[in-house]
Amino acid sequence: MSKTQGHPRAGKTPENSRTIAVVRASLPRRYRSERRFRLLGLAAVVLSLGFLALMFASLLANGVSAFRQTEIRLPVHFDPEVLHAEALAQADYGQLIRASLGRLFPDVEGRRERRELAALVSSAAVYDLRDLVMRDPGVIGQTREVWLKAGADIDMAVKGHFRRDLPEAERRVSDRQFAWLERLAAEGRLEKRFNRTFFTAGDSREPEQAGIWGAVSGSFFTLAVTLMLSFPIGVAAAVYLEEFARKGRITDLIEVNINNLAAVPSIVFGLLGLAVFLNFLHLPRSAPLVGGLVLTLMTLPTIIIAGRSALKSVPPSIREAALGVGASRMQTVLHHVLPLALPGMLTGTIIGMARALGESAPLLMIGMVAFIVEIPKGFTDPATVLPVQIYLWADSPERAFVERTSAAILVLLAFLVVMNAGAIWLRKRFERRW
Amino acid sequence: MLTLTRVEEAMTKGVGLGTSPGEEPARGRPDRESRETVGTVTVENPRMVCRGVNVFYGDKQAIRNVSIDIGRNEVLAMIGPSGCGKSTFIRCLNRMNDTIEGCRVTGEILLDGVNIYDRKVDVVPLRAQVGMVFQKPNPFPKSVYENVAYGPRIHGLARNRAELDEIVERALRKAGLWDEVKDRLHEPGTGLSGGQQQRLCIARTIAVNPEIILMDEPCSALDPIATSVIEDLIFELRTQYSICIVTHSMQQAARVSQRTAYFHLGDLIEVGPTDRIFTNPRHPLTQDYITGRFG
Ligand SMILES: Nc1ncnc2c1ncn2[C@@H]1O[C@H](COP(=O)(O)OP(=O)(O)OP(=O)(O)O)[C@@H](O)[C@H]1O
Ligand SMILES: [Mg+2]
Repeated sequence: MSKTQGHPRAGKTPENSRTIAVVRASLPRRYRSERRFRLLGLAAVVLSLGFLALMFASLLANGVSAFRQTEIRLPVHFDPEVLHAEALAQADYGQLIRASLGRLFPDVEGRRERRELAALVSSAAVYDLRDLVMRDPGVIGQTREVWLKAGADIDMAVKGHFRRDLPEAERRVSDRQFAWLERLAAEGRLEKRFNRTFFTAGDSREPEQAGIWGAVSGSFFTLAVTLMLSFPIGVAAAVYLEEFARKGRITDLIEVNINNLAAVPSIVFGLLGLAVFLNFLHLPRSAPLVGGLVLTLMTLPTIIIAGRSALKSVPPSIREAALGVGASRMQTVLHHVLPLALPGMLTGTIIGMARALGESAPLLMIGMVAFIVEIPKGFTDPATVLPVQIYLWADSPERAFVERTSAAILVLLAFLVVMNAGAIWLRKRFERRW
Repeated sequence: MLTLTRVEEAMTKGVGLGTSPGEEPARGRPDRESRETVGTVTVENPRMVCRGVNVFYGDKQAIRNVSIDIGRNEVLAMIGPSGCGKSTFIRCLNRMNDTIEGCRVTGEILLDGVNIYDRKVDVVPLRAQVGMVFQKPNPFPKSVYENVAYGPRIHGLARNRAELDEIVERALRKAGLWDEVKDRLHEPGTGLSGGQQQRLCIARTIAVNPEIILMDEPCSALDPIATSVIEDLIFELRTQYSICIVTHSMQQAARVSQRTAYFHLGDLIEVGPTDRIFTNPRHPLTQDYITGRFG
């Protein structure tokens, strides 16, 4: 810079007035590129939100009908002739339903027609009836109006998924059945009611009897194992590598390997789990415990990497401050570094757990793909998980499973939202301290 | 770089090491290029003794062959241009450089006759004994109270809450911060102003009662009133403890210290009684710096 003439605060010299002119001239260009960047960013956000909305809309459109199930109100006579007090569980409840239908439609004759009539009600309705009688044996001998599930095809027909204008032979619901349904509807005996079974039952071959609760429980137990193992181990590993290990060849090697592990396809972890946990350690097949172990292996690298970068971002001056008053390294980490790094670590854990929740490939390898009706009660019961359940249902030929697949995806997303909301709440709590 | 002949030259002139303690013999002016320490580095009955200390950051040497004693009940001021290694050197005295990746310290630093870089020395009690106030204020992101109480708490200096309260109040009063924070003891320390934060860090350090206190520019962010509170604190602490203070203010060095050390690009150029350094610097570099002709 050459010397400015006169008093330094005198203001405009030829030189700095030229600087101002140059700055002014460049302003429109700068603002233009800024605007362009803002628009681009906005477009990206709108686009991704749009796709998300589209996905939700299609899932809702397909899946929401699964939350309601067609039911038929029948006047069931609990015939003491059929229901013997000593063998209530084995009684022929189907006969009660058929008799009741016969009373509603006395003019139905012939074997075929009777079979069609009986098919209005789900073959699984007998279990509901049995449960009702077992709960309250006092009904025996009386006649009660009972809501019973309609068969899966009837349910689909009522929900409008079958077209009536097709030739009868190509339809799964006959003209006669349609006529009966119309009569039932006119009498107020046909209704779409909240599908409790879907939220309380395990898997089933019958769509109207199939529920998501088994898979939700399986996912819950599996993720509980994953969280309980991967969070403490991941945090401990990150703290050790970042705060205690001497930096050198070995830590570099470990770092490279952890980064590689994070990129390994998840099915490889499934194969590892099969070889180690099932074939070598002989842990039970299809168990959430093993699933959790496999998913732990898969999420650990993510948590360690996120944990290390969270630790790296804690300003070194905080460590110095603690060490400077004579805190040991352990105290420095526990009292000062870890609390500051925890929000970042939780973020990594959320990402890892979300991935684990959506993972199906490695679980197929350890047998969590089996058809399991029972709802798992613990970590070693056979179980399946939500994504696997979705995969299984998506694979089923029945029309009624299509809407259940979408509904199961909605449940999976809800699970994810609840889990993430919990983690974000936790993170906020830690952040709010300062 | 310094050549062997220059070293020999300086040695034959009898400057630096080997001079007897006490009265400094008057000598001729050393050469401007000489990097041999001028003046008396030793004191009688020293608290800390540094001999031939070198510090490397990776391959770069930040401190070259520094030898100096720190006496009992004395304030040693370290002055020198920015980047000359004052912080680096003062951080060696309680092994804070251990935390820096790639930082290596060689030579001997004795505290009460024990080499603090010995393998057997535990840094935890060392740092409780040799406290430090850092150049940049670095309060914990916790409350004002927790900041000051942290040291006493981990060392178990208070038997109960009342004692801890007392220690915290005493430390804050000494640092001249009590009146400003007594109503907001439980608000975050990071919410204080820069100068208040620095005084909070001073309070945090003296709350553990260290016997030697290292202060790296403790007053650089303080106004004259807060500065004089800290200087009063230094006067008071000197009656019992030793203090090393890095400062850019020549006036401050003159006010608080008994001895002054002048650093220049990693070398300890001159050490001596503060009045002598400021009235009659011997090394041309010291003279330039004192008279403001540096740079
Ligand atoms: N962590 C580090 N890694 C590498 N080099 C460093 C590091 N800290 C300091 N240095 C270098 O060591 C030299 C001395 O730095 P130091 O901080 O001790 O200077 P200083 O005398 O305290 O300066 P100031 O008065 O500006 O605080 C400088 O050249 C600096 O660049
Ligand atoms: Mg410094």
